[in-house]
Amino acid sequence: MTNTSEQILDISKIREDFPILKREINGKPLVYFDNAATSQTPRQVIDCIVDYYENKNANIHRGVHSLSQIATDAYEAARETVRKHFNAEFAHEIILTSGTTHSINLVANGYASVLKPEDEILVSAMEHHSNIVPWQMLCQKTGSQLKVIPMLHTGELDMEAYKELLNENTKLVFVNHVSNALGTINPIEQIINLAHGVDAKVLIDGAQAAPHLKADVQALDVDYYTVSAHKICGPTGVGMLYGKEELLNMLPPYQGGGEMISEVTFEKTTYAGLPHKFEAGTPNISGGIAFGAALDYMNNIGFDAIAAYEMELLNYATSEIQQIEEVEIYGTSPDKKTAVLSFNIAGLHPYDIGTLLDKMGIAVRTGHHCAQPIMEFYKIPGTVRASFSFYNTKAEIDAFITALKKAKSMLL
Amino acid sequence: MSSIQERQDEIIEEFSMFEDWMQRYEYMIELGKSLPLIDEKHKTEENIIKGCQSRVWVYAEMEKDNVEFTADSDAIITKGIIAILIRVFSGQKPEDIISADTGFIDAIGLKEHLSPTRANGLVSMIKQMKMYAIAYNSQQNNKA
Repeated sequence: MTNTSEQILDISKIREDFPILKREINGKPLVYFDNAATSQTPRQVIDCIVDYYENKNANIHRGVHSLSQIATDAYEAARETVRKHFNAEFAHEIILTSGTTHSINLVANGYASVLKPEDEILVSAMEHHSNIVPWQMLCQKTGSQLKVIPMLHTGELDMEAYKELLNENTKLVFVNHVSNALGTINPIEQIINLAHGVDAKVLIDGAQAAPHLKADVQALDVDYYTVSAHKICGPTGVGMLYGKEELLNMLPPYQGGGEMISEVTFEKTTYAGLPHKFEAGTPNISGGIAFGAALDYMNNIGFDAIAAYEMELLNYATSEIQQIEEVEIYGTSPDKKTAVLSFNIAGLHPYDIGTLLDKMGIAVRTGHHCAQPIMEFYKIPGTVRASFSFYNTKAEIDAFITALKKAKSMLL
Repeated sequence: MSSIQERQDEIIEEFSMFEDWMQRYEYMIELGKSLPLIDEKHKTEENIIKGCQSRVWVYAEMEKDNVEFTADSDAIITKGIIAILIRVFSGQKPEDIISADTGFIDAIGLKEHLSPTRANGLVSMIKQMKMYAIAYNSQQNNKA
């Protein structure tokens, strides 16, 4: 790692924005390497939430009073920020949800009335459970077939097998933009193009991609794209479903309630237009506004600089960890990978390593990362996953490597 | 034969000699290595304690009037924890196991493992051992 990148990003100044990075865990300075699970929250986003409750709190889209209008404006401004960030054509193509899982379920539920038994759905072998289970449930309802795009040992999708699986019965394809367990960046442009060749629609789960790269939904020509705010410095419990206008119009509402109606009588209800049709009930207003603030925060730093710096962290961590004997890394295509280091040490259980690292103040994720099919593929119970963010440092990686060596010597 | 309480006191005393977490965990890892291993034939799906991250098997048999436990896990710290439980409960009467208080876990600094969401399932292990004791206890009562 060169000093230049740290200087370009001014990491020490960035770290000042994150109050939690000053705390200690088990008497040691916190080294937070569980960013793929959730990112930490900068002061700017925390302030935005506080400001909402101190100055703007009112229910939105309803009140004639000024405060309600202020809250509504802030919420809709955030939707516009999200639209701009992902370059959607219209703000009403951005459905604010409780997060990726909610977004996926919304689409899956909608397709229950569209799919027929002869239809086929493709999911990749490296999906998070949240992008497997809703489709299994959908197939149970519709009788459609769920087929799996296999993966290669390098942690990449088998694109040849994907081409063979596509046929005129394929209606939907679900792939994550980036694998949460391995960090692999999937070739989604190609996946989308091939699917469109047989008239299938594509949902890309962007939860793990959003912290590291900016997706342009129009350039990708993607049909649905999902994101969780809490992985991109925003609060938990809020996220996005992007869908092309005509596709969202085609789907029936997911939940009934207030906010999503146009007219209600006991005989018949007509639904509101987009995006309100899918936003029943009072939403997470402060969360939605803070989602916008989080994107502003990250865009101020700049995604190119973030990606370049995180890649340096990953390369540094990868070369350092390889100095430790008997380390196996999963997901080994570094040019197509985000800053995720998923590994095992021969003969040691990831749980033991994670427990001892925690005692030394290092937060990593251990286990199957809600992607059991990947673990099954590699025939392992799980991995240790260190995932880096732009506020991490080389010095933290050094502390992690030292702690890892200590844990190994204790366990062997 | 020492009672459950005496064995717990013994363990508390041993752990009180450690100065830091590292010594405590090193000791648990040692205990894990000396765990009375379950017979391979009892390492079945039904003897597995469902935990999120490491797999744990526990098996119990009656030896005269006492319950004898054996166990295994694929994670060594988990094995250490279960070795401590076995030291306390193995060779005890079912009714004593059922009524035993497990506050000593807190006293030896392993309280963090007691959370029900904790991946190693210490709570589930204790529950499973007590379930065996309840089963053997009712068997004995039926005979009597």
